[in-house]
Amino acid sequence: MTTTSVKGFAGVDVPNDDVITNCMHCGLCLPTCPTYVLTGLERSSPRGRIRLIKSVASGDLPMSELFVEEMNFCLDCQACETACPAGVRYGSLVEAARAQAFAQERESRATRLLKRFFLGTVFSSHRRLKGLATLLKVYQRSGMAWFLRRTGILAAISPKLARLDPLTPQISDSFSSDVLPEVLSPYGERRYRVGFLTGCIMDVAFGNVNMDTIEVLRRHGCEVIVPQSQSCCGSLAAHYGDMTSARRMAAGAVDLFKRDGLDWIVMNSAGCGAFFKEYGHLFADDPERASAAELVAARTKDLTEFLASTGFRPRHARPSGNKRPPRVTYHDACHLAHTQKVVQEPRRLVQSVPGYEYVELPEASWCCGSAGIYNIVEHEAAMQILERKVDNIASIAPDVLVTGNPGCMVQIRHGLERRGLNVRLLHTATFLREACDP
Amino acid sequence: MFTPSALKKLQTILGPADVLTSQEDRISYSYDGTPMLSRLPEAVLRPRTADQIAAIVQLANEEEFAIVPRGSGSGLSGGSVPVENCVVMLTNHWTRILEIDERNLTAWVEPGVITAQFHSAVEGRGLFYPPDPGSAAVCTLGGNVAENAGGLRGLKYGVTKNYVLGLEVVLPTGEIMTVGGKSVKDVAGYNLRDVLVGSEGTLGIFTKILLRLIPKPESSSTMLVMYDRLTDAAETVSSIIAARISPAALEFLDNTTIRCVEEFAHLGLPTNIEALLLIEVDGRGSVVEEDASMIEKICRDHGAREVRRARDDGEAARLRSARKIAFSALARVKPTTILEDVTVPRSEVALMLDRIQEISRKYGLMWGNFGHAGDGNLHPTCLTDERDHAEVHKAEKAFDEVFSAAVKLGGTITGEHGTGLAKRAFLDRLTDPPALQMMRSLKDVMDPRRVLNPGKIFELKPRCEGPMPRRREQIEKFLAQGAFT
Repeated sequence: MTTTSVKGFAGVDVPNDDVITNCMHCGLCLPTCPTYVLTGLERSSPRGRIRLIKSVASGDLPMSELFVEEMNFCLDCQACETACPAGVRYGSLVEAARAQAFAQERESRATRLLKRFFLGTVFSSHRRLKGLATLLKVYQRSGMAWFLRRTGILAAISPKLARLDPLTPQISDSFSSDVLPEVLSPYGERRYRVGFLTGCIMDVAFGNVNMDTIEVLRRHGCEVIVPQSQSCCGSLAAHYGDMTSARRMAAGAVDLFKRDGLDWIVMNSAGCGAFFKEYGHLFADDPERASAAELVAARTKDLTEFLASTGFRPRHARPSGNKRPPRVTYHDACHLAHTQKVVQEPRRLVQSVPGYEYVELPEASWCCGSAGIYNIVEHEAAMQILERKVDNIASIAPDVLVTGNPGCMVQIRHGLERRGLNVRLLHTATFLREACDP
Repeated sequence: MFTPSALKKLQTILGPADVLTSQEDRISYSYDGTPMLSRLPEAVLRPRTADQIAAIVQLANEEEFAIVPRGSGSGLSGGSVPVENCVVMLTNHWTRILEIDERNLTAWVEPGVITAQFHSAVEGRGLFYPPDPGSAAVCTLGGNVAENAGGLRGLKYGVTKNYVLGLEVVLPTGEIMTVGGKSVKDVAGYNLRDVLVGSEGTLGIFTKILLRLIPKPESSSTMLVMYDRLTDAAETVSSIIAARISPAALEFLDNTTIRCVEEFAHLGLPTNIEALLLIEVDGRGSVVEEDASMIEKICRDHGAREVRRARDDGEAARLRSARKIAFSALARVKPTTILEDVTVPRSEVALMLDRIQEISRKYGLMWGNFGHAGDGNLHPTCLTDERDHAEVHKAEKAFDEVFSAAVKLGGTITGEHGTGLAKRAFLDRLTDPPALQMMRSLKDVMDPRRVLNPGKIFELKPRCEGPMPRRREQIEKFLAQGAFT
């Protein structure tokens, strides 16, 4: 890690000076940045933020409140990295800047409280997350949620809470980590042995997607290893600059997944997959874990990346009663398309399922506004960005929308409901599992 | 000077939300796309009406501060980099296409419209606006007109100035003036419109632009031609032009540039070739096919290793956009890319490329070369690191020689990026002294208090008080010859 000219920054996780200088401020990132398009302000653009980071590094700007606000206003969708011909790793800069702001406690009180609640309480231990999720389940299933929403009591208690209520994920009946054994054998001959991360949100709110993923993997000849007592991979904490918690959680994941005999570690959450792939970098200065972390990172693949590279074929077409085949489209999760550069694989898989008409979603790789806990911390901006996504979906009126990240699913489901659009929203794993069904 | 009272008046004119004064905002508008130039403005303004702009310009005259207009800040000559004691004026509230007149093939636009968005809007109606700068995805039409931007289609279709029919402009004195109109022919009085096109924000701020459109070409064909020798590529360019063919684009990339572009765009370009030509012909179907075949033959006659035609529009578009990002892609090699745009008569392209190679060898610097070969417009790009001051200094000396070489070949120091701050020191090397004097006089007449983008194009000399200076040296020449005795 280069740590030259870091006047305003300190400690580890300092924005890298070479990456800062690599930005030759041509501006080609501007039209791809959702927050720049929203505000029209240069400081809300990747180019502007890099210049602000550079100014803090050189001591020309203190780490001001507005600076921190701007770093947090970034979705970290990294669409600018895809667009950048010079290959500037913008995400690494903004994440390091957030880590600095977090470590130096430069954020506003409200932001700190929110972050402390989500990162320090909800996601810090998986046992606690499950406990909270169970409470949330009771709220959602008991009719209390329905009652509070319907009567407007929720809105009366707190308009803000009422706005966020639809963004709470629908909690699964059972958590996948509670029902999954450590080893699941393949159907038929074993071709691969793969590790599987149950995740945090995936586990409590998308348990069925986890089951579908494992089902697809087993049909594809995989022995699936589910290390027990997993916790969060640390990506949410890292995303928001809490590098200490992130490293602690990531260390747990590295220890669980460094075991011998795994061909691959297969991910069904774009955010987690992207972060697993970063582990080598994250522990580069840690002699104890560096090599194990690198091994885990090198083994990690997104489900679609793994399936496409190993010749997955859906079994057969689902018989369709309709005259016209249902239309299916695909939304790119930012952390899959922009961070992991996995773009063609999921499309090829979705298109390989017979009986559907594939339609490309306009601006498919434009962020939906979910971005971790962005839709909670920056609610208003997130909703405006979501509107653009829903406009694009409405313009092609698909029957099925497939995507590969839990955050996007929660966000887009909310957008579709608000607009009253009747679109089946499926995780890629579920779509492929259905295509395998007898 | 820019005073708190001036700031207060600006806030009254615009409302506080459209006057940005935070340190963060000032930093964010302290630069444009030009390497190594930056300065903090005093404030950043986002006006919404022509009347507001006029009032601000009048205020600048009264309170004596300068105004630097800025579109997307993608310029490459420092045209929108702040100067001393200035406010930056943004056009990003001006993004409407006001009218597309299909009967007259014209369009009224506001200056903040993004060029690529305008392209799709008119092409959706079967019309065509040819100027296509490399930064089309981000740059604005206002910036294009101010810089008289060129781009990839110059050879056949010309540059921005060939498509500007009329302007509404706020003059440096604060008056609002309209020039030009929808008439194709108009010779009434001086052609003030063309004085404003390419004036780099020094003579007026555009508030409305009337552009000329043409019918969209029926079809097009794009090909990539690969060479083992740079000279073969350069000679191909001359031969194509000598054969009386006008391709819509005739672009050249050298090996360094090809490798960077390939690393980003993954087009499957061979990275062991010395040069590549990207050639596009367009027009009626049969003519396109004929031209393409002729070009292909010329390329092969000049020793092309391979000629590859784009399979479909999608591939052609990918090739064209890959060429457009060449400049930025070069930053993969070294972070600071000093890009120039020397232009020579088309017949001299091969010679100019030779000269550039000689100079780069002499200084031992890393270079990427690419450009609009068909226009004689080259982009020798020095690859360096702004933190290495000694190397940057060497690069400056090398460019000095490149400029001289271009001028010697009958060319110019800038074909399309503008003079701005980056090349103003070289303007007198090229410009006939009376012409330079006339440029200065024009600036003085139109902008007596030097409020609009002062110090761009040429350094402003201290103002003269009293009567006009006489050309003493000429008089003395006559005196010496005894003509008056």
